[in-house]
Amino acid sequence: MASRDYMHRLPDSHSSLSRPVSFSRRWHIDVPLLVLLILLCGVGLTVLYSASGGETHYVRRQAVFLCIAFVGMLVAANVPLDMYRRWSPWLYVAGCGMLVAVLFVGVGAKGAQRWLEIGGFRFQPSEALKLAVPMSVAAFLHRRTLPPSFITVLGALAIVAIPAALIVRQPDLGTSILIAASGIFALYLAGLSWKMIGGAAVALVASAWPIWQWGLRDYQKQRIMTLFDPDADRLGAGWNIFQSKAAIGSGGVYGKGYMQGTQSQLDFLPESHTDFIIAVLSEEWGMRGALLLLLLYVLIIARGIYISFMAQHVFGRLLAGSITLTFFVYVFVNIGMVTGLLPVVGVPLPLVSHGGTSAITLMAGFGILMAIGTEQRRVTF
Amino acid sequence: MAHDLHLKDPLLEQRLFRNRMLVALVGVVVLLGVLVARFYNLQVVNYDDYRTQSDENRIQVRPVSPTRGLIYDRNGALLADNRPSYTLAVVRERVRDMDGTLELIGRLVQLDDADVDKFRQRLQRRRPFEPVPLRYRLTEEEIARISVNEFRLPGVSVEAELVRYYPMTDLFAHSVGYVGRISERELTDFSEEDVRRYRGTQSIGKVGLEKSYEDVLLGEVGFENVETNARGRVLRVLERHDPEPGSELTLHMDARLQQVATEALGENRGSVVAIDVKTGGVLAFVSKPSFDPNLFVTGISFKDYKALRDSIDVPLFNRAIQGQYPPGSTLKPLMGLGGLAAGVIDRQTKVKDPGWYKLPNDTRLYRDWKRWGHGKKVDLIQALTESCDVYFYDMAHRWNIDGMHDIATRFGLGAKTGIDLPVERPGLFPSRAWKRGARGMPWFPGDNLNAVLGQGFVLATPLQLAVMTATIANRGTHYKPQVVMAVDGVEQPPEVLHHVEARPEHWDLIFEGMESVVYSTHGTGKKAGADLDFRVAGKTGTAQVVGIAQGEQYDSEALKERHRDHALFVAFAPVDDPQIAVAVLVENGETGGGVAAPVAREVFFDWLSRPYEDTASVLPGPVQLEKGGIRG
Repeated sequence: MASRDYMHRLPDSHSSLSRPVSFSRRWHIDVPLLVLLILLCGVGLTVLYSASGGETHYVRRQAVFLCIAFVGMLVAANVPLDMYRRWSPWLYVAGCGMLVAVLFVGVGAKGAQRWLEIGGFRFQPSEALKLAVPMSVAAFLHRRTLPPSFITVLGALAIVAIPAALIVRQPDLGTSILIAASGIFALYLAGLSWKMIGGAAVALVASAWPIWQWGLRDYQKQRIMTLFDPDADRLGAGWNIFQSKAAIGSGGVYGKGYMQGTQSQLDFLPESHTDFIIAVLSEEWGMRGALLLLLLYVLIIARGIYISFMAQHVFGRLLAGSITLTFFVYVFVNIGMVTGLLPVVGVPLPLVSHGGTSAITLMAGFGILMAIGTEQRRVTF
Repeated sequence: MAHDLHLKDPLLEQRLFRNRMLVALVGVVVLLGVLVARFYNLQVVNYDDYRTQSDENRIQVRPVSPTRGLIYDRNGALLADNRPSYTLAVVRERVRDMDGTLELIGRLVQLDDADVDKFRQRLQRRRPFEPVPLRYRLTEEEIARISVNEFRLPGVSVEAELVRYYPMTDLFAHSVGYVGRISERELTDFSEEDVRRYRGTQSIGKVGLEKSYEDVLLGEVGFENVETNARGRVLRVLERHDPEPGSELTLHMDARLQQVATEALGENRGSVVAIDVKTGGVLAFVSKPSFDPNLFVTGISFKDYKALRDSIDVPLFNRAIQGQYPPGSTLKPLMGLGGLAAGVIDRQTKVKDPGWYKLPNDTRLYRDWKRWGHGKKVDLIQALTESCDVYFYDMAHRWNIDGMHDIATRFGLGAKTGIDLPVERPGLFPSRAWKRGARGMPWFPGDNLNAVLGQGFVLATPLQLAVMTATIANRGTHYKPQVVMAVDGVEQPPEVLHHVEARPEHWDLIFEGMESVVYSTHGTGKKAGADLDFRVAGKTGTAQVVGIAQGEQYDSEALKERHRDHALFVAFAPVDDPQIAVAVLVENGETGGGVAAPVAREVFFDWLSRPYEDTASVLPGPVQLEKGGIRG
């Protein structure tokens, strides 16, 4: 093993190399994160099995998606961080290009046009932007002094606004807001001045009325009204919320038992295997189960924050922070929506809801997180 | 200040980041607290309530479908009604053994395989506890048999619903159209808002006004909270939010006139469109043969559909807006006006007509329809009266296609008229650019000669010809044709698309020529004015049938008949104060004057002379002259 001999002859200052290189180190795997993600996916598949009424169709599909997603995560973890930074503008431009293409040649369903179809394969370009936007903002800020100057803030906001506006046009308000949030988190973590944050908050409150009046479609308004008066839309979103609250509430502390949820097993619960899956878990496993799931999410988020604290450079720090906070927002929005705290916006529960693209994007995000977490090892080479 | 120097300070940046992250962390913790509190609230505090609600799940929200808006003619005759129909429906959740249940039902009522197949498809797409229709239009006897066996059929119910009924059957099939069951394809194209609005509704407008006014006819869905027993039978209604019925439509159309026009066509295939000159309102809209739209309402049988689809007479084809025919000589008044306006001809222009026309430097003869010609000194009035082709050949040669295209476009040819009916076709009036684009060829002088006579590339729908005629009758005011006069009693204002400017004496000349078509001894359209106490102005036309779509079976007799020319006639009346403009097309009718003009005459007589009391004697079937019908 000539190469091994060569490595042993390296100067002794790199003590890490003199020890045998572990599998996880060699492949840039963050072990705690990996363990937590496997646990989460395991829980997800278990609940999914129950939610699909004991049929394995969705479970098998999702298992395949998750395997692909794990491979994607490993690949993402092994890309040098510097490459992400340098390539992010191109990824961003390509993503926006695809979004423009969606507006013209996209295919759609249910009144929205969100997909591109190439050779019979459908994909949703807005998924790519979920990573490209925070990456581009972080890369943009990385080159500048922090806290950002007013001009820098404007630049970062422009990076956020273009894809957000394109996605609103599809129309997909939920995704657009989440993507905008991921970019703005990076900006916030970079030290966006509190004055500007306050100003933006004031502006948002002031524009609430015009947005309500002209910016929202009728069904969107109705969903928001549903929050205050669940009776208002009994046949649409109100119906879902009514049933999902009954499912969660009737689960109590201990739950009705796995596969025993009457709400979910009797088909009262709509979309039980996608957006509303946590209602199945809460009905069958009770509050204990729901809190356990929350704990898993909290641990993943904690690990993400730890990685962002340890990151050596502005780019990695901002990106890790943004990915982690956005992940939390996904969790919060989904659970908030299913429990009737937030309007129904169609955000899946990360890695638990059935859905391929969402799983792949999320895992790619965790791969990047791992790449950030293991960066210092690479730097010492 | 350090950062003014644009120097990066890694330590400061790291501290800044950590502070920001800590603040964010506080936010995360607070929001997590909110979620935990929410679970606590739902699963501990309100556990008992939700437990009861879920245990029993007796309270159900059910959609209440709105009543579809009724459609009346201008005098209040009902054209589209709603009638109760009884449907056998199944709630899957309440059925223990679906196959057994279906078999049992099959022994009680007549059940086709197609019914069962469709039912199984519908089962895939439904809300929990939603009754899924299995058989429509139960008879009294079938209802009785089901109710006697109710105890053996948990989850099976007979539901009354209102379905569309068209009392005038085939008379308005091509204008009012029909509704049908919402198809799989329509369902996938639904937006979320549509999904909500159509909950509890089974039908959707498929063609005609039912389709184009779907939004206003549909209404707004309501809901009710009902308490059911364990077998799914409704015990009582706890709360009800009434649906909002759809809007009523009142049409410009007149049922009596429609009937008269249809009968005037006799056994012929063809189309009659009559337009109110002062508003653009469509008074009659005939496409013959027609069909009974009631067949489609709850799903047409394959046999019935095949018969309609495969008929050599294509009854489903809406000739008035989808039939594109060469308009032939009916374009002559328009072209004459254009020639006058462009200064190519004037009142005194005279042309020698030996029966043919030849372009300079060309050997080809362009023939007149009259073999020996119309004489030595044909002027515009005579050219219109006798439909002299050579006069117009000569004019077209001295004019240009740009001018012809311009005037034709202003009168609504070559583009959709914008009528409030779906699937209208645009026809065609060629231009240089069109020919280069579509045929890859330049414009030849000979093309002018074809275009001016409405032959060659020119195509128009009967509706377009009616609009063109109404615009002439109006002396240039071009209204958008509209079928609907009022929505829920609110009148839809007439819409002027634009105004064609021409000198009054030019309009007078065209009127004079068209009047002469009907009243001069040599006029080609004399039958249009016979025994009327007002004056009619019109123009005949004949369109060569080059290649009409043929049926699959070879029938030499039928085929021969279908190669005859189409007969056309356009006209308006009364000349001194035009009220109504008509376009008549008779497929393979051969002569416009002989076959199409008498149809127009009937329409004019009915509209302008016949007293209204005669209505009952003309109209078919049960007609309600007062607004009413069944309202939910």
